[in-house]
Amino acid sequence: MTEPAIELKGISKAFGPVQANKDINIRVMPGTIHGIIGENGAGKSTLMSILYGFYKADKGEIFVGGKKTVIPDSQAAIAAGIGMVFQHFKLVENFTVLENVVLGAEDSAMLKPSLARARRELKALAEEYELNVDPDSMIQDIGVGMQQRVEILKALYRGADILILDEPTGVLTPAEADHLFRILEGLKLEGKTIILITHKLREIMDITDTVSVMRRGEMTATVKTSETSPAELAELMVGRKVLLRIEKSAPTLGEVILDVKDLNVTDSKGVHRLKNINLQIRAGEILGIAGVAGNGQSELLEVLGGYQEATGTITLRERKIDLTGAGSDGQSRRRRGIAHVPEDRQREGLIMDYHAWENVAFGYHHDDRYRKGLLMDNAAIKADTADKMKRFDVRPPDPELTARNFSGGNQQKIVLAREIERNPDLLLVGQPTRGVDIGAIEFIHEQIVALRDQGKAILLVSVELEEILALSDRVAVMFDGQIMGERLPAETDEKELGLLMAGMTDLPEDKPVHQAVEEKLAHAGTGDGRGV
Amino acid sequence: MDVMPKWAEVTLVPLISLVLAAALSAIVILAIGENPWAALKLMVSGALGSTYGWGYTIYYATNFIFTGLAVSIAFQARMFNIGGEGQALVGGLGVALVLLYLPFPHWSIALIASAAGAALFGAAWAFVPAILQAKRGSHIVITTIMFNFIAASLLNYMLVGPIKAPGQEPATSKFPETTRLPSFQDMFSTADTVLFRGTPANITFFVGILACFVLWLLIWRTRLGYELRAFGHSESAAKYAGISPTKIIVVSMLISGGLAGMMAINNVQGEAERLVLNAVEGAGFIGIAVALMGRSHPVGVFLAALLFGFLYQGGAELALWTGIPRELIVVIQALVILFTGALDNMVRMPLEKVFLSMRRPPKPDRKSTTARTAE
Amino acid sequence: MDLNTLIQMLDATVRLATPLLLACLAGLFSERAGIFDIGLEGKMLAAAFLSAAIASVTGQVYLGLLAGVGASLLLSAIHGVASITFRGNQLISGVAINFLAAGLTVVIAQSWFRQGGRTPQLSGDGRFETITLPFAETLSGVPVLGPIYAELISGHSILVYVAFLAVPLTWWLLFRTRFGLRLRAVGENPAAVDTAGVSVIGLRFAAVGICGILCGLAGAYLATGLQTSFTKDMTSGRGYIALAALIFAKWRPWYALYACLLFGFLQVIPLRPDLITNTLGLRLNGQLLEALPYILTVVILAGFVGKAIPPRAGGTPYVKER
Repeated sequence: MTEPAIELKGISKAFGPVQANKDINIRVMPGTIHGIIGENGAGKSTLMSILYGFYKADKGEIFVGGKKTVIPDSQAAIAAGIGMVFQHFKLVENFTVLENVVLGAEDSAMLKPSLARARRELKALAEEYELNVDPDSMIQDIGVGMQQRVEILKALYRGADILILDEPTGVLTPAEADHLFRILEGLKLEGKTIILITHKLREIMDITDTVSVMRRGEMTATVKTSETSPAELAELMVGRKVLLRIEKSAPTLGEVILDVKDLNVTDSKGVHRLKNINLQIRAGEILGIAGVAGNGQSELLEVLGGYQEATGTITLRERKIDLTGAGSDGQSRRRRGIAHVPEDRQREGLIMDYHAWENVAFGYHHDDRYRKGLLMDNAAIKADTADKMKRFDVRPPDPELTARNFSGGNQQKIVLAREIERNPDLLLVGQPTRGVDIGAIEFIHEQIVALRDQGKAILLVSVELEEILALSDRVAVMFDGQIMGERLPAETDEKELGLLMAGMTDLPEDKPVHQAVEEKLAHAGTGDGRGV
Repeated sequence: MDVMPKWAEVTLVPLISLVLAAALSAIVILAIGENPWAALKLMVSGALGSTYGWGYTIYYATNFIFTGLAVSIAFQARMFNIGGEGQALVGGLGVALVLLYLPFPHWSIALIASAAGAALFGAAWAFVPAILQAKRGSHIVITTIMFNFIAASLLNYMLVGPIKAPGQEPATSKFPETTRLPSFQDMFSTADTVLFRGTPANITFFVGILACFVLWLLIWRTRLGYELRAFGHSESAAKYAGISPTKIIVVSMLISGGLAGMMAINNVQGEAERLVLNAVEGAGFIGIAVALMGRSHPVGVFLAALLFGFLYQGGAELALWTGIPRELIVVIQALVILFTGALDNMVRMPLEKVFLSMRRPPKPDRKSTTARTAE
Repeated sequence: MDLNTLIQMLDATVRLATPLLLACLAGLFSERAGIFDIGLEGKMLAAAFLSAAIASVTGQVYLGLLAGVGASLLLSAIHGVASITFRGNQLISGVAINFLAAGLTVVIAQSWFRQGGRTPQLSGDGRFETITLPFAETLSGVPVLGPIYAELISGHSILVYVAFLAVPLTWWLLFRTRFGLRLRAVGENPAAVDTAGVSVIGLRFAAVGICGILCGLAGAYLATGLQTSFTKDMTSGRGYIALAALIFAKWRPWYALYACLLFGFLQVIPLRPDLITNTLGLRLNGQLLEALPYILTVVILAGFVGKAIPPRAGGTPYVKER
């Protein structure tokens, strides 16, 4: 009977009043790919961070290879052969690949010999595991897929036998994700142990041997992947039967609401972010923009939302919208009837330290309904907030609570309520269900579809292909600042969209898909990892 | 999670910081061979024991109300305006120019004009650092400090040249009698009892109170205040909402500079009745301590200004009667800034632990988002 | 302007640039590690006072130097604890330290020496005397190079040479050692350092400590080398000018040298207004000349001399993400 590579017994961890991990038990067998799945906020990342020494557990024990091991910091974890690839990369942008790999694992006080040795090792590792990187390129100049490979190399360079990956595919195209999984399979064959944290059921089914399910800080089950199904896993994640697809009737299309012609954006560093974008959205239609983060979707939202300058022509209901100068700001957009649920609710959509009622007025604080003479009418805003909270089932329904004190899903509902109830002609929605638990996801999807059924135009941006396919009436795929193609959801699938997302309109004939994708990405601009 | 109730955050943290600052100051006093307890008694009697003391305490407090409000409003927009000293100096220039070269029949009209002049000049002095921060990203802390030095040179130049009164002193002539502001002595004495005799406290104190009220309205009841605070919390969110960063930075600094400039009404018009060198004497810097102690809230600023008025007058008495130099006030000011501004977590973290342990066991999960979740 | 005058001016420039350079390098280490330090002024002032005081009392300038560095390190420790341990606002901490130094130095000086807040004049072993480099006398006859060697390069006190040597030393430490790599990393992305198993706190405190030592040298030089006693507020904004020089130098050691020499030169000009009149034909006001360094600082910060990108993680306390 082989010892488990990793065993955790009774691990508990609280952050203040929040219990992130409660009495977790888990065994990971060596030479397997073990998945850990759960909703956002279930405690997966916390658990693995404890294993990596990033946090210290309040209670519980860790066993590596059968031996009890104390891991007070990352150094101890590395010494125990554990390596971790975080969701948000821990790389120094203006260092080279080599410097990043060597950082913290230098042989001696002098840098030159350490770098020389690292260069040789890196070459060997790259050949062995197909992890090709250019050691002298700077992190800020290479693509996200390659950055991830640097992270894996970092772990292997330090002799990791156990590799933890936290949500690794969020920033990858489907083809790149496939390539990653091939690499992981290769590592597994060499006897390494892989722990894969993800919220994507498909990935679990595709490559893991065993899967553990976490829910609300507890480990609910551990099963052999071959003996379970997505529906069963989803139910274990949430605790009840989950609707995996939303009910949606066929759209009733009206006039063209939004017409974008030759839209171009160059950012402050001179990088061409949007290249001749042309699109149209009709009333009663949801246009979904698919694509890996960093390919111009954010800039598109920002231009329409009024905080990014651009050239080109945009008309809303046949009237032009200013793209530069006065009249191109967020206030003007709102006056024209464009509402915006931004991609990052904590950094843009809400003022975290404002009360809920102050947030409900955010962006609309010049509204006559919220004013009494020269001053703001706080009572009116609070009353409106209470109403919205009731209609959108925000919990707790307390207008005085600061935004920080609501869960991700409830925060998003506040933003959604604010924007939807403006009765806009055009609603912009970015990553509507990121960091939101399944129950709220269903509600939010219903609200978006309901708005569409009222005859509004909706622009939906999401990195989750499933969400795009479920909600959109039409899908446009963005890559490197361009629209690669439009499809109807019923007539396409993830594979085809994945190719478009990687900038390829045809399947390559002379080389494997993932290699073609890499070459394409290396030539194109790089994603800036912004959407991670 | 809000661990500490609001009242604790607002009163306990500054209070404990003050106690710590006082304790350390006492140690310094001991170290230089003086008696801290005697020093405290002397300060209290000298600053609060008679209307004479109060007259000075209130006079200094008035200075600090303006400079404290100035720093506060900038802080609300996350701007750290250290230039209050220079802005108050230049505000003084504005007061002097208005009062020397325009005729006024009555002090009330003179007051309005000089207030406008002071505010205008002070705001102008804050404008360049503001626009450089907004457009070029130049760090406003360093630029405002530089402008303090430049203001000193400017005033130096003006007072030995263009607006100098005949004679040896680098100062202007005395302002006309009609511009003289009523002092506390004028306002509160009767024929039999003379109160606040010879003290510089004057009507500007009430202007200061008015400024506190107006600023409170501005920050929490107007759209401008809403935008200012929003920007102060999150620049990215402000941009999303269509709030212009440039507008907020410039407007907050203009108001800030204007308030700092208005301090000059108190010392230049109300007390000295002419413009002299080094008229501000560190009041701009004390404004920083006042704003931090007062948590950038007008009521807090008012109270903190009174506190520092007490410290300043008390410190003057100490310098007179003991071997403790006036610079002790600077030390206290520094400690207050340190504890309320930089080390506030040192005070806050143990307090939070206390409140956490007093909490009842956690209520049923408030993070659920729908009623449909079956438990 | 003849060679002699030029050499005199450059000579004065070097002397005036030295405290700026030391303070600038101090700030460089701190900011490269992600700790914004606006308290260079206060640390210099404290060091100036204590070094002059101890040198006066003991008659030994090296003891004074030690004491001055100690004072600066103490203030560095406060800044470090506030910024790193308690994750406080680094700007406010720096401002507080400046006031603390400004007040305490006078209070203690007054209580100790009873001379109105200054320390007694230093002489002999109590101050840093100038050093004559070998062969300076004999070579001074050589045309052009002779006087340059004898007057400009030779004849400074030791701390001047230390300051200039500190530049290549800093470069080497930052770019050729493991410590330097880690220090630069911690100012760009502390999480990268933390997950690699290296202590972020340790690195940052080390940077803050080096900053303290260099500021200590700067202040000690000011009071016991450049001048011969401590007077109230004698740093006159040099700490802030050093920060501006740092930004101008884009946080690079060799550029810092050039920037500080430039600012040093600007501080020499008000001492010789006649030179401006003679060379530029302009008669500039005394107060304007005084204000020149500060005005130039603003101009530099306005970015009219190019955009500068600071270390990415500068000024923000490191919190493990939650």
